[in-house]
Order: sequence, then structure tokens, then C-alpha cells
Amino acid sequence: MKQIQLHTTHEALGAKMVPFAGFQMPVQYEGVTIEHETVRKAVGVFDVSHMGEFLVSGPNALDLIQKISSNDASKLTIGKAQYSCMPNDKGGIVDDLLIYKIKEEQYLLVVNASNIEKDWNWIASHNTMEAEMKNISDNYSLLAIQGPKAVEAMQSLTSVDLSAIKYYNFEVADFAGIEHVIISATGYTGSGGFEIYCKNTEVEQVWSKVMEAGADFGIKPIGLAARDTLRLEMGFCLYGNDINDETSPLEAGLGWITKFTKDFVNSDALKTQKEEGVTRKLVGFEMNERAIPRHYYDIVDAEGNKIGIVTSGTMSPSLGKGIGLGYVPTELSKPGSEICIQVRKKAVPATVVKLPFYK
Amino acid sequence: MNIPADLKYTKDHEWVKIEGDIAIIGITDFAQSELGDIVYVEVETLDETLDQEEVFGTVEAVKTVSDLFMPLSGEVTEFNETLEEEPELVNSDPYEKGWMIKIKFSEESQLDDLLTAEAYKELIGA
Repeated sequence: MKQIQLHTTHEALGAKMVPFAGFQMPVQYEGVTIEHETVRKAVGVFDVSHMGEFLVSGPNALDLIQKISSNDASKLTIGKAQYSCMPNDKGGIVDDLLIYKIKEEQYLLVVNASNIEKDWNWIASHNTMEAEMKNISDNYSLLAIQGPKAVEAMQSLTSVDLSAIKYYNFEVADFAGIEHVIISATGYTGSGGFEIYCKNTEVEQVWSKVMEAGADFGIKPIGLAARDTLRLEMGFCLYGNDINDETSPLEAGLGWITKFTKDFVNSDALKTQKEEGVTRKLVGFEMNERAIPRHYYDIVDAEGNKIGIVTSGTMSPSLGKGIGLGYVPTELSKPGSEICIQVRKKAVPATVVKLPFYK
Repeated sequence: MNIPADLKYTKDHEWVKIEGDIAIIGITDFAQSELGDIVYVEVETLDETLDQEEVFGTVEAVKTVSDLFMPLSGEVTEFNETLEEEPELVNSDPYEKGWMIKIKFSEESQLDDLLTAEAYKELIGA
């Protein structure tokens, strides 16, 4: 089990630490509901240093990235980031990731902690063009500062005009007294804010300055439990739940990052799938009655026949009802479709809704 | 961790308060803190007679769901209906306002199966 740099800091803040993707991670501090609300209404800071970071460099860096990713990375200019996924050759997904264009011929790939080794091996196996690859996961920390007050709360820590960094853009600049920090206007909460990439040796200073600068804005540390409820309210996919080695990006609603303007791993088969249409789709649904859907619960029809599976579910703190994502037959994927979720002995009615759940 | 000395406990992290032939049942401070923010307490076994270890209900937290087990055989005579509106009482006051059910227990010998506060403390390593 690995420890993130700020392990003892989190413990001192009262975090409950749990094993997650090979790391001891803070899952909760004060409570998931209050942490969730803090991010929706003010500002919160997550330590997500377990995430993996790969640097891909050299004249063939873009070729390699284009080969392994579904989105079109040639559209990236310096200072822009892109959400993408890595299809496997069997119709599924190796991982979803962010791709940053740091400078000419250099990209930063940010991958899920649970997949670091798998992704590395997968990318390396396609690196016939011999791009330079470097796994810097163990040297870098990642803090996500999220919420409507993030810009205002963090402005004193940098010379960059934070309000000028557009969504999915980033600056490499000074932050919290450290030079060359990546300040990225991205996140996994839908409430705006930044993700800050810095070296492990710098993160203690960054964390304490962030907490200090945010104090007047009610900043709180936020655990992984609230990260999950926040992302689910937005309908953002979680690898291992909503997408995995067996779900196609087209089934998962990731057609918007699957660009057939270029060749990539399994692009021919996915193109055929797109033309023929998928038989199941990932949808969002809300419970019509008091009940909470959970990962792996069956989705059933009115007669109780299994027609799909729940991939993520929770009680939405913002909406006060049970919400979930799951795969259903395409004919039941339109908003308004009536389905049922098998909650223990009861089939509880639910309605397919348009994402995001929280606007 | 609050573990009142005058209550009995189970390995399923429930507490039991004996009052004559009635047992009041809830979940422990440790259990509520492990579950996190509780959003529903569902008990659909009111007036039913259940065996020891049978499921009498479920407790749903934001992150997880957990079954509730009968610490003793008996009839479920009362459900704390306040929890329908304020399930968070289980978090804030697990041993008083957060009680869950009352049962009329049928086999006094089963009381020996319950743990003392000391034994429960040891179980959770507190």
C-alpha cells in the first residue's frame, strides 16, 4: 500500500483513510453531505495525488497519442487539455484520461490510479514509433480546488489571472510560492475550479497556502466519497464502474470524444458499431420512490425481467433523491423511459433522465 | 468512540438495551461513523416475529447500504418513526434519539449471546 505525500496532514485533519487503488486515501473528513455542499456552494480541496501522470515527448509523441486515444489530440494547442479514452482492441476501454499539451512535442497524460501499470504497458506496447515515455506518477501530487468560489479564493496565490483561464485550459505558472506549477481549469465535480499539479516536495507548501487563502471563503478538505457524489450528479463516468474493459465508448455516451477523423486502436470496429448502432446505452436515471440504487443492482422491466445493470448509484445530496447510471437496451435509453431498479426484494420504478442530474 | 457501559452489543455493531421483556435496538457509534451520513432507515418488519440473526431492516448511507440483524429472537413491536424524517439522528445520537426498533424478545437464554461493553470495545479495537 502506497502513501501519498500528505498522508499525515489528512490524518491530522480527521480524515478517514481507506485503501483505494493501492493507496491510503482520505475518503471523508467531516461527512460526505457537508463536504458535497461545500464544493457546490463555496470551495473545497481534494488530494487526488494517487492519479497517474505520464510524460510523452519527442517528435513522435503526437503519433503515439493519436494511436492510443480516441479523441483527436492534433486539435490541442499549448495550454489546452482534452478528455479522451484509450480503446482496447476488443471493443472496450483501457482507461479514460486527460491529455495536456505542455509544449511542442510534449504531452502530459493523466490516468486513473488503479490503471497506472495497465495503461503504461498498453501505451508502451503501441509505441512502435518510439516516442519518449516517462512515468512521473510517484513524483507528482495533484490537488483539485473545486467550487464556485475557487477563482476568488485562490487568486492571491498566483500572478496569473485565474478568471481568464477557460475550462479545459491551463497555465504553467507560479502558485503558492512555487514556480512551474500546472494550474488547470479542469475537475470532476461540475462546480468549476482548478486542478494543481506540483512535485511531491512542493505539495505540503501548496496545501497549506491553499487552506490559508481559502479560509475566508470557507474552504474545507474534501474526501473521495464526496468526489464520487459530485461527479455522479454531473453524470461523469468513473472507470471501473460505468466504463471498463468491456464497455464501448459509444455505448458509454463517449461518442463525443471518439473521433473517426483519424486512425486509432480498434477505430474500424468502433466505426462499424457507430454505423450499425449500439444495442445498449449508458443512461442516467432517477428513482421515482424513496430508494438508492447501487453498483451492480439489476435494472428490470415491469415484469421483473433483467434488462440491464446499475454501474453507479447514490443518494444525490443536491437533489435529495436516489440517482444512478446504468446500461439499458437502446430502445429504453430515451429520457422519460420507465425502468425499474431491483433494490433488494423490491423492483422500484425509476425514470431515465437527461444528464447532468444537477444543473 | 462512545460505548456506554450499561448497554449490550453484537458483533454486527448493534446495541441492545433490556427493559423487562422488551429490548431496544440501535446501531453503535462505531457503526454510524463507519457508514457515514445515513439517509434512510428502512424497517418493514413491524409486528413480525423474527429469529435471532434475521434481517429486520436496512440502513442506507450515502455511500453504502447495510442490513440490520435481530440481536435476539422476538416480535418487532415498535419502529422509531422519527427516523423516517430525521435519519441523521442515527449519526448524531446513536444511543438515544437514534434508536431503531423495540422488540419483545422470546428467548431469555439468548441474552448470553450479547457482548458486554468491554467485549465490544475489544472487538472494534477501540
